[in-house]
Amino acid sequence: MSAAPPAIGAFERLQRRAFRTPLDGLVTLVFVAFLAWLAWQAVDWGVLRAVWRAEDAALCREAAAGACWSIIDARHRLILFGLYPFDEHWRSTSAAVAIIATVVLSCIPWFWTARRLVSLWIAGFATYYLLMDGSLLGMAQVTTDKWGGLSLVLFLFSSVVLIGMPTGLGLALMRRSRLPMVRLVASLLIDFIRSLPLLTTLFTAAVVVPILLPDWLQGDKIWRIIIAFSLFFACYQAEVFRGGFQAIPSGQFEAGMALGLGKWQSLSLIILPQVFRHALPATINMVVVTFKETAVVIIIGLFDLLASAQAAFGTGDWVAYYMETYVFVALIYWAFITSLGRYGEFVKDRMKQDEH
Amino acid sequence: MLGWRDFHRMRAREIAIQVGLVLLVLFIVIGSVRSAQVNLAALGITSGYSFLDRATGWSYSFSLLERSIDDPYARTLLIGFLNTIFVGSTSIALATILGFAIGTMRDSRNLGLQVISSIYIQIFRNIPLILQVVFLYALLIHFPGPRQAHSIADAIFMSNRGIMVPVLSMPLGVVAGVVLGSVLLGIGSARHAGSARRALAVWLAGTAALFVAAAFLFTPESQNMVSYPELKGLRFVGGLSLSVELVAMIVGVVLYGAAYIGEVVRGGLAEVPKGLREAGESLGLGTFAVWWTIRMPMALRSIIPPLGNQWIFIMKATTVGVAIGFSDLFYIVSTSITQSGQTLELIAILMGAFLLVNFALAQAVNWLNARLALKGYGA
Repeated sequence: MSAAPPAIGAFERLQRRAFRTPLDGLVTLVFVAFLAWLAWQAVDWGVLRAVWRAEDAALCREAAAGACWSIIDARHRLILFGLYPFDEHWRSTSAAVAIIATVVLSCIPWFWTARRLVSLWIAGFATYYLLMDGSLLGMAQVTTDKWGGLSLVLFLFSSVVLIGMPTGLGLALMRRSRLPMVRLVASLLIDFIRSLPLLTTLFTAAVVVPILLPDWLQGDKIWRIIIAFSLFFACYQAEVFRGGFQAIPSGQFEAGMALGLGKWQSLSLIILPQVFRHALPATINMVVVTFKETAVVIIIGLFDLLASAQAAFGTGDWVAYYMETYVFVALIYWAFITSLGRYGEFVKDRMKQDEH
Repeated sequence: MLGWRDFHRMRAREIAIQVGLVLLVLFIVIGSVRSAQVNLAALGITSGYSFLDRATGWSYSFSLLERSIDDPYARTLLIGFLNTIFVGSTSIALATILGFAIGTMRDSRNLGLQVISSIYIQIFRNIPLILQVVFLYALLIHFPGPRQAHSIADAIFMSNRGIMVPVLSMPLGVVAGVVLGSVLLGIGSARHAGSARRALAVWLAGTAALFVAAAFLFTPESQNMVSYPELKGLRFVGGLSLSVELVAMIVGVVLYGAAYIGEVVRGGLAEVPKGLREAGESLGLGTFAVWWTIRMPMALRSIIPPLGNQWIFIMKATTVGVAIGFSDLFYIVSTSITQSGQTLELIAILMGAFLLVNFALAQAVNWLNARLALKGYGA
């Protein structure tokens, strides 16, 4: 039909994108200059004039000094592990690695069957818990109130996804039920939780639930927060699944019935695999958002990465180096969130290609 | 085959499931309330809303209204609610403007604009909001004191006490009146002006006229029309003082929200068929005219629903201000709980307020969506 456009060289392509008109060229130059200036400032402060080692902390006070990374050198254990006992940090590290490995492995399509995914996540989660708590492995027990830093963030994240995903599926199924009361209860719960800020839900779990429940049902604060956070995740994820259900033609249900499959059989063999597929990009997006949102638990009084960072520059000689600490923590979050997000975009593109 | 007997049995099972579920919900609700009554009675707290008339006895960082530590809880909570609405709606307005700019830049054919806007989105969208807000707050409180404040043209001063800007010296009530008038004018012109462009022009001109008129009529005799901040001793007098908490809060939420809105806008623009742009260009329209009269109106239809979700998100996101001590509704409620112990009542107020705000925002978005719907497209 249409002839292929003539091949153009790199130079010409650049010219078309950056310098189509004089105004275009001017805009490009101004912004490139601005970016270069910003980059230079960052490199000058963060690398060229920076002080790196904890022993050199005195140099940070000199006027010419840039970033004082000494604080990270001196305090990185506090930032990464929180109040976890110093001698047991290897346990916290291995536990964090177990969670990261779980997340990385579940990005591989080979694991995308219900049984493999569930076993993988339960295995990863159990490894984490056994290592962090330690009492079942015969090591010194470390109770949850000592868990902190990056390990705590990963723990919150993985338990919320692990508990919230099946709950979300359950809520989505309830919302599609033929039974009006079941539908009503699910819709009310989903809409209620979705209109509240996450912080309100978590705060209620931390502060109000102890008043509502008899003593023997309360559990640790961290578990109450995880359950409330999972409920929040489940209510959003239920809507993601609902979108997946809506993308499936009703012929698929009828096909299942025609094959003589029962309701649950056709659901699990025919419908759900397609729902998961349709819902995959939105689900990854939800997982990324959840990772980011875990940062608010500092307000409820958990010692997460942000809290341990504030503790790191909160005392002694380090008060002036808040900026370095925040940049360090921001880079950690950014690395995790960007890689998850990139993966989500990759999956979305793959699925778009498959459709053609 | 299904006989009527099977049908009957299935109905019975379904009814049993539903009755069981309702009983379970009732059990949880009634059980919690009973347990709460026992636990609260043990703490010596009388339930009910009579505490709303008691004076609070504590102060907080920011208020739009006159306040004192003798205010009753009801007024303090109202101030918190107004603060949430104020910060939320200001952030929504600014984030929407910035987000449309970022999204349009992402969509532009110019390499420089594309690169800078995608770097912006990569940074601000991929770092937790609360981290950005506490970071900004830390930067602002480490500004020099008022005596060494950074100044811009001797009119705007930035110090660790906040940012001082010049302001029209009108009473606060008049400002509120002008804002209300501007909102009414906006609604009126949107209904009657015919085209979006004319509506915008009428609204902008009308609002400016209202401001100038109010400034002439209501400036107190003893003062200049514009009040500039001035350093007197250790502090600034005159002008308008934007507290560190307020600035960190609004700037943080706006930068974060704009990154999300930018992606929404880019997505909307990408969905407009390419042929429309080419048609516009072949009619001789310039880049801006094609964007403003063809692509944006088309894109808005797919932008508005996710944009509404972002607005609701921003309104809820203002709760992170508690991390830097900004006195939004969440902050006021949690302080009230520690001070008065009326946990259940205060949580009910907090939840009720957010349900109300979300409902109102969702209605507004639905209304906007219905007005913009293309005739003959979709449902």
